[in-house]
Amino acid sequence: MTTTTTGGTRPGATAPTAPAAKAIRARHGARGSTLTFWLFAGPFLAGLLLFVYVPVGWSFYLSLFQAQNTVAPTKFVGLDNYKDILTEGPFTDSLWTFTLFALIVVPLTYALALALALLVHRIRVARAFFRSVFFIPTACSYVVASMVWKLSIFNGVRFGLANTVLSWFGIEPVAWIGTVSPPWYWLVLVTVRLWLQLGFYMILFLAALQQIPKELYEAAWTDGARPGWQTFRHITLPQLRTTSVAVVLLLLIAAYQAFDEFYNLLPNTPYARPPLVYLYYTALGQGQDFGHGSAGALVLSALITMVTLLQGRIFGFGKADS
Amino acid sequence: MSPELNPSRSLGRRSFLRASGTVAAAGFLAACGGNTGRGGGKAAMSQWYHQYGEAGTQQAALRYAKAYTKADVSVQWIPGDYASKLSSGLVSSSGPDVFEFHPDVQMAKSGQIVPLDDIIADVKSDFTDKDLAANSVDGKVYGIRMIDDPQFLYYRKSLLEKAGVQPPTTFDELMDASRKLNKDGVKGLYLGLKAGSDILASPLVWATGSELLTADHKVAFDTPATVEGLKKMRELYTSKTLLLGAPTDWWDPSAFIQGLTAMQWCGLWAMPGIQKALGDDFGIVPLPGIGSAGRPVVYNGGWSTYVSAKAKDVDAAKAFVKWLWIEQTKLQEDWCTSYGFHIPPRKSLAAKATKLQSGTAAQAVQLFGSNGHYDDPYWTQGMATISQDMVNNAVVSGKNPESEVAKARTRVEAELKKIA
Repeated sequence: MTTTTTGGTRPGATAPTAPAAKAIRARHGARGSTLTFWLFAGPFLAGLLLFVYVPVGWSFYLSLFQAQNTVAPTKFVGLDNYKDILTEGPFTDSLWTFTLFALIVVPLTYALALALALLVHRIRVARAFFRSVFFIPTACSYVVASMVWKLSIFNGVRFGLANTVLSWFGIEPVAWIGTVSPPWYWLVLVTVRLWLQLGFYMILFLAALQQIPKELYEAAWTDGARPGWQTFRHITLPQLRTTSVAVVLLLLIAAYQAFDEFYNLLPNTPYARPPLVYLYYTALGQGQDFGHGSAGALVLSALITMVTLLQGRIFGFGKADS
Repeated sequence: MSPELNPSRSLGRRSFLRASGTVAAAGFLAACGGNTGRGGGKAAMSQWYHQYGEAGTQQAALRYAKAYTKADVSVQWIPGDYASKLSSGLVSSSGPDVFEFHPDVQMAKSGQIVPLDDIIADVKSDFTDKDLAANSVDGKVYGIRMIDDPQFLYYRKSLLEKAGVQPPTTFDELMDASRKLNKDGVKGLYLGLKAGSDILASPLVWATGSELLTADHKVAFDTPATVEGLKKMRELYTSKTLLLGAPTDWWDPSAFIQGLTAMQWCGLWAMPGIQKALGDDFGIVPLPGIGSAGRPVVYNGGWSTYVSAKAKDVDAAKAFVKWLWIEQTKLQEDWCTSYGFHIPPRKSLAAKATKLQSGTAAQAVQLFGSNGHYDDPYWTQGMATISQDMVNNAVVSGKNPESEVAKARTRVEAELKKIA
């Protein structure tokens, strides 16, 4: 007689036959794997559900209501919050701010990160040192970096670092973040982000560069291609296609999520207020308007999803794997 | 051997789960038993302050809380964006029982704060009508004013004399003074990091003779005078005589004390620090009037204390507020005059505040009395942001002032509908 009682063989019970024992082990194995799966994945899935999906659902619910100074809806307003948000005003202005920011920061980061990666890849001496030098700023907090940029480097008074340098050439102090014509604040915003994120993308490109087979270059040289721009354009760049698409995607999402440097470098100004900063002041800030805040957050999420999918479609994200 | 048939491994897993459960439970209990402030069977409550800049204020707040014997009051001293932290605290269950803030109708209408008429009843006549009105919604008093904080233009006497400039009494004189004082590495005027588009958004409208809202809570700022005021401010901004991008904002007198600017918009609280640094070499004037209907403006900032409707014990919180801001007159005097200068909102206390009865401080009190403008509780935080955007767009970005005023009107009307 065999037993299939879970939890092991009962004392006195007949030992199971070999195939039955195999079946038991398989069942136990499957149960053990399931338990292990839930043990490890369960807390994260619960966290995902509790801190992501429930809030997203609640946010959608709130966006259909007037929810002033409360996260409990008070009056059903249908799509009015969406209409208000999408009418010409601060939220749509903030989308233009983001667009401009993305147009500057995405190509610039892409090009500079790739250039740095090529330099570090080719360098023969102290390669690890240079990798570290460029990567270290990634570990710095956006808040700290913003404060250093604001208070020390791009301070608008005569003793700021940038203004001290300008004074050597007889140039008057520049109000780097206090003027819109010329819009020097973009220089401050973009440089702090470049300093913080270049290293990370450089490492991604560096990893991709190391995967390109040397034989490709050797074959190209044999066929008469000149080293330099020609091989970069016809071999390196196509070989980096997958990484490039991923980098642009990550850069675009990071640009959408711009908050810290805008919040810390500039006061709440309409000319430099990206969507997240606007939503922060609308909902979490003094406004306490959770209806409009939720609608804006969902519009922004939809926009990010659309742009991501569109970009994936245009550049063929993942095509190389299929 | 498969792990399932290995008793030791099976036991290990159970032990692991037991241990994990114990650790989790211990953590949960530890979290529950954190610093609740409970002790000796007394009620516990939390009181929130924003971070005052004047030395000694935090210690004073802690001392006051400790002196209260009927409850354990824990003080939270919040640096940075106090308003945002408070907003999140008030919609969650982790907010304060008692807190300081500015009057706002939406907090009252949404039931975030409770009326305090019962605790103020006996001394109501000792508060000025304007202070009471600034904290009243639908006839109920929601906040007890702790301090009145008039704001004005500080100027360096010696620099004005050197440039042959008199303290400005009109907006044109202010622009002229700013131009003449703008030399030798010293800027003419500092109105903060946003060129005054935040802190002067309301005073600018008042200075033109207009109001933000009518008495029955309708838009009143959309006047030709406001448009004129925006044009004047734009002229001032484009004169390149404003200090922009200073390390600290308008509320900190550092730029003025360090000689980066000859004039600065700041509050009475900064006066002791300025006196210490500059002696008598400074004076104050109100924001001059703009246009033919213009009037000088002293903006009254200040803070009031509120009781959260979500307080653990609302009555105990009200009793504490009554004790601290109504009964303990010595502590109020200490709070108003021992660190930075503030005008005590109680008439009886203001009369006794000797530090405010001579010199420039006395002039500040006099200017406050004759030109003081208070926040309207119906002018919400959302409306304030809209008007600040209006000023910023017209003054800093140079957009058309007429259309900016019209846009702001539409948006403020939408906000007014929310509180109707």
